[in-house]
Amino acid sequence: MSYISLSDPDKKEMLARIGVSSPDDLFRCIPEGIRLKKELRLPQPLSEPELISHFRAIGRKNREGDHLSFLGAGAYRHYIPAVVDYLSSRGEFISPYTPYQPEVSQGTLQVIFEYQTLVCQLTGMEIANASLYEGASAAAEAVLMAERIKGRPKILVAGSLHPQYREVIRTYVKNISVRIEEIAPDTQGRIDIEALGRAVDNQTSAVVCQSPNFLGVVEDLDRVAEIARRHQALFVVIVAEAVSLGILKPPGAGGADIVAGEGQSLGLPLSFGGPYLGFMACRQDFIRQFPGRIAGETRDTEGKRGFVLTLATREQHIRREKATSNICTNQAWCALRATIFLESLGREGMRELAYQNIQKANYALDRLCSIKGVSRKFSGPVFNEFVLEFEGGYRKIENHLLRNGVLGGLALGPDYPGLEACGLFCVTEVHRKDDIDRLARLVAEAVR
Amino acid sequence: MYPKEFNFTKDHEWVKVDGDTATVGITDFAQKQLGDVVYVELPAVGTRLDVHQTIGVVESVKAVSDIYSPVSGEVVAINEGLNDFPETLNQDPHGKGWIIRLRLKNKGDLEKLMTADDYEKFLEGLAP
Amino acid sequence: MNREPLIFEISSETKKGFTLPRLDVPEKNEALAGLPLREGISGFPQVSEVEVVRHFTRLSQANFCIDTTFYPLGSCTMKYNPKINEKIAGLAEFQNSHPQSPPGLVQGNLEVLKTLEDFLSEITGMDTATLQPSAGAQGELLGMMLIRACHEDRGDPRKIVLIPDSAHGTNPSSAHICGYRVQEVKSNEQGTIDLAALRQAMTEEVAALMVTNPNTLGVFEWDILEIAEIIHAKGGLVYMDGANMNALVGKFRPGDMGIDVIHLNLHKTFSTPHGGGGPGSGPVGVKKHLEPYLPVPIVEKGPSGYTLNFSRPKSVGRVRSFFGNFLVMVRALAYILSSGASGLKEIAEIAVLNSNYIRKSLEGVYHLKYTAPTLHECVFSDKLQREHGVRNIDIAKRLIDYGLHPPTMSFPLIVPGALMIEPTETESRRDLDQFIEAMKAIAGEAVETPEILKSAPHISPVRRLDETTAARNPVLRWEGPND
Repeated sequence: MSYISLSDPDKKEMLARIGVSSPDDLFRCIPEGIRLKKELRLPQPLSEPELISHFRAIGRKNREGDHLSFLGAGAYRHYIPAVVDYLSSRGEFISPYTPYQPEVSQGTLQVIFEYQTLVCQLTGMEIANASLYEGASAAAEAVLMAERIKGRPKILVAGSLHPQYREVIRTYVKNISVRIEEIAPDTQGRIDIEALGRAVDNQTSAVVCQSPNFLGVVEDLDRVAEIARRHQALFVVIVAEAVSLGILKPPGAGGADIVAGEGQSLGLPLSFGGPYLGFMACRQDFIRQFPGRIAGETRDTEGKRGFVLTLATREQHIRREKATSNICTNQAWCALRATIFLESLGREGMRELAYQNIQKANYALDRLCSIKGVSRKFSGPVFNEFVLEFEGGYRKIENHLLRNGVLGGLALGPDYPGLEACGLFCVTEVHRKDDIDRLARLVAEAVR
Repeated sequence: MYPKEFNFTKDHEWVKVDGDTATVGITDFAQKQLGDVVYVELPAVGTRLDVHQTIGVVESVKAVSDIYSPVSGEVVAINEGLNDFPETLNQDPHGKGWIIRLRLKNKGDLEKLMTADDYEKFLEGLAP
Repeated sequence: MNREPLIFEISSETKKGFTLPRLDVPEKNEALAGLPLREGISGFPQVSEVEVVRHFTRLSQANFCIDTTFYPLGSCTMKYNPKINEKIAGLAEFQNSHPQSPPGLVQGNLEVLKTLEDFLSEITGMDTATLQPSAGAQGELLGMMLIRACHEDRGDPRKIVLIPDSAHGTNPSSAHICGYRVQEVKSNEQGTIDLAALRQAMTEEVAALMVTNPNTLGVFEWDILEIAEIIHAKGGLVYMDGANMNALVGKFRPGDMGIDVIHLNLHKTFSTPHGGGGPGSGPVGVKKHLEPYLPVPIVEKGPSGYTLNFSRPKSVGRVRSFFGNFLVMVRALAYILSSGASGLKEIAEIAVLNSNYIRKSLEGVYHLKYTAPTLHECVFSDKLQREHGVRNIDIAKRLIDYGLHPPTMSFPLIVPGALMIEPTETESRRDLDQFIEAMKAIAGEAVETPEILKSAPHISPVRRLDETTAARNPVLRWEGPND
């Protein structure tokens, strides 16, 4: 299908005005030798109805939707209010450019300003940016920021930080003189406080931990903050399940200096991993080292309130190689969806949503742990994910579940040596009591 | 137009010497080029600077400019007023908008700089 | 027009928002034991659905967007976003798909990934591609990492990356993050890379040249084969910023020009929506010698279907979680399938036709610093209008009064007072003429009534905004009485 809007007479007249006889004449500035002599090897173009059929057929090759899923591990299934799709699909939100011309972008800019405020409120921090790509690279940007501020070569990272986030941090610091040291979790599933205390020194730029962490356990942030403070290292808290902030004490109140993470839970469908929504917030003092776009409030020439992108001198298009990040296009439309989601749920809705997650996960834990041969691996308190250990190993449980149309928790063996008999299960508000009972029944069958 | 007792660099910094102390700022031309100054990044007192070493940075809304030291020396004072009122750089670039004061290390550095007359001629020769 | 309040300003504690189903499991206090709880989210809004709908609908009406307005933004390729792509990306099988699913259960998704990789490789003339980077800048960073990994693997780590002075800001920024020192290469009077300067700059310390082709002036680097040869002869690699691919699709391939690695912007050439600032997607295409360093996982097609290969010892690692912006890729794949080879060729031809039509119509009205032939974009400047005290920003703001989005401004840096214009291929003759007439009218106003330009825009929802105060005294969030 073509989206060209010129008629044949249009083309003719335009060519005449330019003074050439065909569009090909306009490419004469390119050496003939480089020109493609034959057509690209691509399938014949499809019309709309054919496109829909084609993609429906591809979609049918996905069998995952036939399963009841208990997967989490960095991507969370939640209800999304109908207004989120409805409002975000407006052409005025989907099709504008980045709001560099603020006078004609007040819709986008006000949304960003509200979003920044909501992120500050959720995390308990003073300033937030307009979004980063997703949780893992947001964590990496937080680490780079901490190193810029403190200038020290060591970063301490919890082993209970999402494995993919740790991988991405390593990729990003590979080319600067920073070394990452991992602190393993303790038997409670929390960052080992003693080990952390021994590892922090005046060569440490930051301590990085996730809460709730990858193993589902909620960290005691105050204790970690206190250790980081002993040597004036920065405390970076990563949040991968943003819904937890609806009820849990915010990282800002726990002494965090920088908070970064994943906002997918806030109104974005699972989308096979993207587009997601990186968020970051920090103390006011660090503003000049803060990456990402930021919207600010101001007035126009008539005194009316308006919003603009501001503090752009931190960014790549002005600072170039000295920029705080190379990020340009970010995730504005995803931030819009999160803003609609958060404003639809409101203070009460967010609390109720988080509360239901806790209660349902707890119910699942009770049902599952009452099965002989199934035990809770970590004693630390959890939000909506938990690790279960299976006496005869997890593989046969996983397979039995699959054969019966259920996707169990993520097998942890590949990422955590020692946890080969374990699975990471996620239960949210979308799981009905029946779904959890079905899981328990199948696990009990498999264990026998 | 440009104070006769100042010396100037090609990067549009000025320096005024008083005994052993050199006061450094940016010229009126520079502040006009930058537009409204929103932030000035100042060095710490005690910093040692060589000729043409970066003193700090001046930011306007849409541009960033490094400030280079015209002379070598040690920073003995910085204009902290610029933190709260960066616009002073625009309003009075040759007076209240001074940026740092250095204890001069080598008076000979001044010889490499332009006089006010030289600088005015230099400005005329610049491409529009 | 009444300005829309902030949601916090219309919020009130006892209003009712979205309702969840009732909890259907037994409630237990022990569930909360040991959890650090908050009182509530201080200052968080509480409004009704009606208020949410009115709020966002009214906010949206304050935006220009492609669906209403022409956006001649140079280097942004603001083409029309096909609606069928939204429908396809909205299919439940794609929307609800969990990224941790076993590969056997998501064969459809893996087919989308592999097919798009193959198509983009074919379109760019590269050997293979990765879709992982979230946007162009991340693609650039990855490209630089691949180059660095390759040189280190050869036992020849190099320290410098050459970048033309006309380059986009993300280029030096990405190179720097990768640990390289950036060295600028001057452009010649045609606005292209100066070969002599390049020869002098190219040493065995140089890891790569980052080139944009056509460059940010819209001019094709005519000497690209020789440029690549100069770099390759001393063991360097050539990275191409593919932001301007819209001028080349279907007609020329970077792989045939000596390019070793290229990033693409799906939200530019491949029509996916800009969304007010993302999401985008920045796939990276490479020649065989860079393939071992690609990020994990690699999607492979075997006799029993698609699999994920994580076992890549030379991989640079991951640049983000999961697979990239998958739903953006779905849209781009739909676009390529909808266009076909002939459609892509037509896109490049009309993009170039539209841009040259505007250029020819405005030559003499605005100053053109570089007069070499241009392709899909052209860069004028405000030089003639400066004689009346009018700058590019005033011209831009006045265009808003004519119902048009301004072109890209103040970039590239080698054109002072730049106005970079890229119409794309989806604009109609009427829209192009409307833009041309507006630009001519504004040039006239610059002479007769410059004040009206300096005080523009007049008819937008807000007048010109004070960006200076916003930067001097940043107010970056709403604060309630308790904050």
